[in-house]
Amino acid sequence: MWTRALIPVAAVLATFVITSIFIILAGANPFEAYYNFIIVPLSSKFSALEVLVKATPLIFTGLAVTFAFAAGYYNIGAEGQLYAGAVAAAWVGATFTNLPAIVVVPLMLVLGFAAGMLWALLPAFLKVKLKVDEVVTTLLMNSIIMYFISALLNGPWRDPETGWPKSPEFFEAARFVQLIPKSRLHLGFVIALILVVIVFIVIKRTPFGLQMRAAGASKAGALFAGINVNRTMLIAALVSGGIAGLAGVSEIAGIHYHLISELSGGYGYTGIIVATLGGLNPIGVSVAAMFIGLIDTGAQTVSRVLGVPVYLGDVVQSTLLLVTLSMLLLQNYRIKRI
Amino acid sequence: MGDFIIDIIAATLRVATPLIFATLGELFCERAGILNLGIEGTMFFGAFSGFAAASLSGSLWVGVLTALVGGMLSGWLMSLFSVRLGVNQHVSGLGITLLMTALSLFGFRVIFGESRVLPSITPFKQLSIFPNSPVLGEIFSQYALTYIAIALIPIVWWVVYRTNFGLNLRSVGDNPEATDAAGINVYNLRTIALVIGGALMGVGGAFLSVAQLGSFTFGIVAGRGWVCIALIIFANWHPIKVLWGALLFGSVQALQSRLQLTGIKLPYELFLALPYIVTIIALTLAGRNASYPAALLKPYKRE
Repeated sequence: MWTRALIPVAAVLATFVITSIFIILAGANPFEAYYNFIIVPLSSKFSALEVLVKATPLIFTGLAVTFAFAAGYYNIGAEGQLYAGAVAAAWVGATFTNLPAIVVVPLMLVLGFAAGMLWALLPAFLKVKLKVDEVVTTLLMNSIIMYFISALLNGPWRDPETGWPKSPEFFEAARFVQLIPKSRLHLGFVIALILVVIVFIVIKRTPFGLQMRAAGASKAGALFAGINVNRTMLIAALVSGGIAGLAGVSEIAGIHYHLISELSGGYGYTGIIVATLGGLNPIGVSVAAMFIGLIDTGAQTVSRVLGVPVYLGDVVQSTLLLVTLSMLLLQNYRIKRI
Repeated sequence: MGDFIIDIIAATLRVATPLIFATLGELFCERAGILNLGIEGTMFFGAFSGFAAASLSGSLWVGVLTALVGGMLSGWLMSLFSVRLGVNQHVSGLGITLLMTALSLFGFRVIFGESRVLPSITPFKQLSIFPNSPVLGEIFSQYALTYIAIALIPIVWWVVYRTNFGLNLRSVGDNPEATDAAGINVYNLRTIALVIGGALMGVGGAFLSVAQLGSFTFGIVAGRGWVCIALIIFANWHPIKVLWGALLFGSVQALQSRLQLTGIKLPYELFLALPYIVTIIALTLAGRNASYPAALLKPYKRE
């Protein structure tokens, strides 16, 4: 059992060794780079909080992916569902100008969740009813919503004064409160942490969670045990979409205050990395999200200080995913052989 | 009207070219039993490495060749995880896509810096086969890579259905245990299939940068890889049907860009999204009769 805890550490070290090749190719010193990557962001209060800001959407998308993957439904559409939630929040946040925060914020969360579910509905329905592969359809839905967003921002939501493609500004009550002065950390982080607990309880401690995990482990076995696998999968897929929708609500109401097409930096896809690193466990997901948030923040430091392209962060994250995958598997091999 | 149709046909072939390359690539992977979701990233890496090599060497064909080798590398990397280690193919494939995308963006910045002007090259010229015919001359005035893509269809058909390698390929995707019992190395065969597949995906990506655009932009592939994943199901893993699928998608794409110009009062984004919507519909209709390779997604472990 103790090796399970060592795997993330070993994976991170191996990843650093592998990615140092690219740092050298970019003409920088790997040790200096990793100092700026990991230590510098944590050594000031502002940038340490910024790590949590970056982790917030990743906790949501990581949980969304976890919820679906645990039930054996490969929802790769968190990115699109995030934008669906953001559209709903953008509409609420600019429309109900005379409502107080106590009403508007829950309304945004509910509608954002519903919008994410709605965007997840078609692939889930096609999967359950017609056995259409959900991986392909959720990916295609990601492309489709980007055109929808673009149509909104170039059409009815185009800024009438500047002509920029961004939706109307949120009014004050619809903006998430800042948790700490002079930092961007907002209410979304708290909501994300609450959701970690809820998802943990649902997956690990409820009959439905058990059905989900049974369906995810073996469809045939779950059917044999009398579980309605299609219904379980459908619900898991929709809830997953809803959680991803909340990521969009949180980003728009906590950071941007208006809809732009660059709202998500691929958070939906990074959610898959986070869910895998976290071992499809909500607690693990929150830790993994914070680590990936650290890499995101660190990549900006490295880019600023050493001139290494900021995409080094993406290289590190994807390498880490592949390395972790292999290590998890090698561990399984060992257990079998002994 | 005649001009309009000829124009559409010519544009359809252009749009279909990268899809034909990449879908044929995916065909090799999936016929061997591996779903390669690395396709999007491999195409992106092909577009980047092809452009970078063409730009640095001054030769477009060196660019295409580099993309081919880059794609092979990506396919080989995918084989390490999905074949040798037997990792979950969905997650490892997406991992490859994320990695190849990140490496391309990183490499592009390292080589070309943060210049405000988009680096560009003079792309391939279109070759006219029938310069004297008004109709055929227009339709068959295409990039060399388009002709190669079309020629590849019967070649791949022949390889898959008429060679020993093809026979082994099909059997390893359906029943790896039996293939192994027949004395064929399942791991090597699947690795070769992924490497071939990656090469084709890389060239498909390079078409976008060194033929169509003459530059490399971050949105250059724009989900085409995912479309190919749908096309291969639509084509029922058959090379000839890949052509029809790619032409169908290409014609919708070509039609939408012409419809935008007709001044119909609809947001142009609706037309841009149309090919993706049509792909989902086509997939739904074709999905019922899809006969997946039996061992797809199942890692092989020798007992």
